[in-house]
Amino acid sequence: MDMNLKLKIWRQKGANDEGQMVDYNLGGVSPDMSFLEMLDVLNEKIINEGGVPVAFDHDCREGICGMCSLYINGEAHGPDRGVTTCQLHMRKFKDGDTIYIEPFRAKAFPVVKDLVVDRSAFDRIQHQGGFISVNTSGNTQDANSLPISKYAADEAMDAATCIGCGACVATCKNSSAMLFVGAKVSQYALLPQGQVEAADRVRNMVAQMDAEGFGNCTNTGACEVECPKGISLDNIARMNREFFKANI
Amino acid sequence: MALDSKVPQGPIADKWTNYKNHIDLVNPANKRNIDVIVVGTGLAGGSACATLAELGYNVKAFAYQDSPRRAHSIAAQGGINAAKNYQGDGDSIYRLFYDTVKGGDYRAREANVYRLAEVSANIIDQCVAQGVPFARDYGGLLDNRSFGGVLVSRTFYAKGQTGQQLLLGAYSAMNRQIGRGKIKMHTRHEMMDVVLVDGKARGIIARNLVTGEIERHSAHAVVIASGGYGNVFYLSTNAMGSNVSASWKIHKKGAYFANPCYTQIHPTCIPVSGDHQSKLTLMSESLRNDGRIWVPAKLEDAQAIRDGKKKATDLVEADRDYFLERRYPAFGNLVPRDVASRAAKERCDAGFGVNATGEAVYLDFAAAIERYGIEQALIQGDQNPSKEKVNTLGTAIVKAKYGNLFQMYYKIADEDPYTSPMKIYPAVHYTMGGTWVDYNLMTTIPGCYAIGEANFSEHGANRLGASALMQGLADGYFVLPYTIGDYLSKDIRTGKIPTDTPEFEEAEHAVKEQINSLINNNGSKSVDYFHKRLGKIMWNKVGMSRNEQGLKEAMAEIKALREEFWKEVNVPGTADTFNEELAKAGRVADFLELGELFAKDALTREESCGGHFREESAETEGPQKGEAKRDDENFAFVSAWEYKGEPADAVLHREQLEFNDIELKTRSYK
Repeated sequence: MDMNLKLKIWRQKGANDEGQMVDYNLGGVSPDMSFLEMLDVLNEKIINEGGVPVAFDHDCREGICGMCSLYINGEAHGPDRGVTTCQLHMRKFKDGDTIYIEPFRAKAFPVVKDLVVDRSAFDRIQHQGGFISVNTSGNTQDANSLPISKYAADEAMDAATCIGCGACVATCKNSSAMLFVGAKVSQYALLPQGQVEAADRVRNMVAQMDAEGFGNCTNTGACEVECPKGISLDNIARMNREFFKANI
Repeated sequence: MALDSKVPQGPIADKWTNYKNHIDLVNPANKRNIDVIVVGTGLAGGSACATLAELGYNVKAFAYQDSPRRAHSIAAQGGINAAKNYQGDGDSIYRLFYDTVKGGDYRAREANVYRLAEVSANIIDQCVAQGVPFARDYGGLLDNRSFGGVLVSRTFYAKGQTGQQLLLGAYSAMNRQIGRGKIKMHTRHEMMDVVLVDGKARGIIARNLVTGEIERHSAHAVVIASGGYGNVFYLSTNAMGSNVSASWKIHKKGAYFANPCYTQIHPTCIPVSGDHQSKLTLMSESLRNDGRIWVPAKLEDAQAIRDGKKKATDLVEADRDYFLERRYPAFGNLVPRDVASRAAKERCDAGFGVNATGEAVYLDFAAAIERYGIEQALIQGDQNPSKEKVNTLGTAIVKAKYGNLFQMYYKIADEDPYTSPMKIYPAVHYTMGGTWVDYNLMTTIPGCYAIGEANFSEHGANRLGASALMQGLADGYFVLPYTIGDYLSKDIRTGKIPTDTPEFEEAEHAVKEQINSLINNNGSKSVDYFHKRLGKIMWNKVGMSRNEQGLKEAMAEIKALREEFWKEVNVPGTADTFNEELAKAGRVADFLELGELFAKDALTREESCGGHFREESAETEGPQKGEAKRDDENFAFVSAWEYKGEPADAVLHREQLEFNDIELKTRSYK
């Protein structure tokens, strides 16, 4: 049963242009389509009518690369929980719905075009300490010579599943990146391999996070709710603890 | 040019060690004066960038995504193989080597595969040192699972996100070097062409995808790590942006393209739901550790299920056909991917498919939930648990193992796989073919290397599960850094490569010409329109089973479609802005050439091997009846194609494969 939708989409030619919401009517939307497939159909229509299609970021379309974004009806990655926009399906909407589609908004995520934003600030934070300083020569100790408790390994894995999409920042009223940074700090803080550089890592990553213009955490917990990978707020607490530890 | 694989002399187990002992090295001070370009930052490219930068080279890295962390290696789910023998179940370097050569249906180069098996154990050590959170058991040691086509447990994993964790490991190693300035990372950049100076690869022309600017970048060597070309089928498990362009550009400048027809069709993907479909989603092979694949045994039950009159759970055991367990009792549900895919297609073609399109089979976890549930109840001291308790306990175990995959399935298919079986069907997943490389991973262009899925590599005609991650990291961390050094040792006096030369000028000019012709074409059809049509031709005539007539038709149809594309394509917008349609148009233009060569290669290879199944070459009698029939006498070679203008005119060069350490046998999983 196909649906007809009214779309209100943010259009902006480039970083320095003024943007505006533009209305589109779209019919023939199947409930089995993903949200991005719905936008594909819209773009095909725009192209065939001689227009310029809506730019949006996407790549793997299976919820793991973190490239897709979108603020849909006021929520990062839309109304469903535990999914990225590419995994959101049109069965979550009804025939006749009006859908507002905006880019992720944050001072540290400038708009590139339409719905595409620049999230390179996340990479720059990682450059400051999102690693363990071990050379990749292969001359390390045998992997099983360092037993790690299953509990710690699983907790580290849960933190490490962050896909770096930026939904936490887009959702936060302060545009804080503390869930993102906390997840990386936690992954290494939970593992013995990460201990050697723990203090420098958290200090440097937090300093870069502040320099990029991300806000502070005021514990509203919205980031955890909207995170497509369910990264826990505990990671922020753990980062704060690591940060205090590093500064005494 | 005659093909020289440059495989070192000596016994297979000593080749790599001897090779490393005798190559030329570049001293640390000289490495600072040498630049290396790496195109693509997935597992192979990312790991190569990190290691080369640690060694002291200046690395210039390019990715079309907005961050190296987005590369499609991130989507690999199940695991990575390594010959650690932690389980004490008889694994060894030789056994991993043997399984990989056999799994590849004896169409890989022995020496390369042995080297891969040899360095596999290092990868695990390396990744653990980097903080990759592999799964562990309660004693704190690393856990393993099994994958198809092998009889040991050698697969290391991080839940269902092993590719993600390994890529983030390589990304972290890159970040350390980016922070030190040893890697200059160019995100949202696409390689448009390679630049040759005196016959050697000395740079690339790149397009900044945000500004549209055309840029010149020089280096002493160029490494292509841009992945596979499964998107030639339009629908595949690849990312939307995955493309063949970097590989195809070097092919057009002299790099031979090897075995393009070797494509892996993965048996367990979520079936197509409609014409709007933009990509297919894989359900990890690891699910076949616990899932059982079946279709109804009776045609009327299959029909009733398709009509919605019956459900899977309505069928009793006797009415189910576990066709993999029936046909292949030794390996059962864990037969290699090509075998499992063909078996599913055979049942669906015979009318036993279980969804509306008739192209789906069941992957059922009920037996596993029961088995785990009883085991957990026993651990809790309950000898006689209720059915509900068994179900609850068993579901919890299955959830812990595969939770993210089940959730992914539920979101796409809108059905709960804990209570009713998944529906799956084969889909294009990986390409074993790629740029031809010698033992050094160098292409037929001096100074131009290809690593990871981009090269034709160690998987022969069929890749075993959990071996792609192994190969990508082996190439990038442990192989290329040695082999490229041997080449670069001759470049220590060269100095910086200038970009204001006629060679760069000419390459840049050609790139701009092509962009202008696409932008100014003013046709009437979108890029996707052509890509979808190409995909249909490929899937119907060059897909899971191929025959002479179909392949000849495909070649003609693709050629006609390519001509139509250049007349009729409509690329909106301008060249000097962020323009996704323009980027896509360039990629599809290359797929339209590759597709024809792909069909030509399949036509030339008149045997069935691995993922390449020619209907004319199947066993007609005996216990192997209906199985693929390989022809070692006439086809034990690598097909390496030289570009001559039109894909149909490509010239075939053969690299004869010699098997000294493994006996050529019929590949049986029965």
